Amino acid sequence: MTENLPGVTIVRHIKASPAKVWAAITQPELMMQWWGPDAGPTLRAEADVRPGGRFSVVFRLLNGDEHNPTGIYQEVIPERKLVFTWDWPGMPERESLVTFRLEPIDGGTRLTLLHAHLPDEAARRSHEQGWNGLLDKLPVFLGAAAWAS
Amino acid sequence: MDRTFSALADPTRRAVLLRLKQKPGLSVSELARPFSLKLPGMMKHLDVLSDAGLITRVKTGRVVSVNLSAGPMREAMEWLQRYERFWTVSMDRLVALVEKDGGR
Repeated sequence: MTENLPGVTIVRHIKASPAKVWAAITQPELMMQWWGPDAGPTLRAEADVRPGGRFSVVFRLLNGDEHNPTGIYQEVIPERKLVFTWDWPGMPERESLVTFRLEPIDGGTRLTLLHAHLPDEAARRSHEQGWNGLLDKLPVFLGAAAWAS
Repeated sequence: MDRTFSALADPTRRAVLLRLKQKPGLSVSELARPFSLKLPGMMKHLDVLSDAGLITRVKTGRVVSVNLSAGPMREAMEWLQRYERFWTVSMDRLVALVEKDGGR
């Protein structure tokens, strides 16, 4: 289902084994070394990696702001799939869902990250068309962002 | 914002938005014409767009004119851009980390 929700998808081919990538996304001392949207430091990371377990990461941006996204692990399949909810206090948004998918490829790992909206019930009901195609169209709307501003 | 995405998931509704961008203030029947939709069908789509805050409707006499309202769209775009930036940078750093000592 999550594949059809609108969101951000990033795919990377990594020259490292799935075991190594899995460690980097699940072990706090390794998470500390990459997590964050700029070169600012990650201050704390907690990861209770089992369904129902909690994660929490505190990072400081270069501009000095500190952030603390948290969430609950939904699905944990070692070296293959990690799914967790995402709640970013202080940001104007509802809870969303992050999925890491790892696939072994020749010479390493294909890592697919999807950060998607969780639909509310009303949205789920009116989903008859699905999301396919919407992402293709979004750049059109992006280009039209001048709209009513 | 979920409503925004949901409203945008339908091709007819996206087409309505694009038409309104080109021609603000069209009436409901003018909007319905190129889609070979009956008025009640178009009204349903407009209800969804209106609930999502993507359009406004103003009644003047017996004519309802429809206009775009871009706020929720901008919110959705900001969400996408924020996380695109967040994860692109994080993924760059993740890749550098796991590949730095030969990747085994």
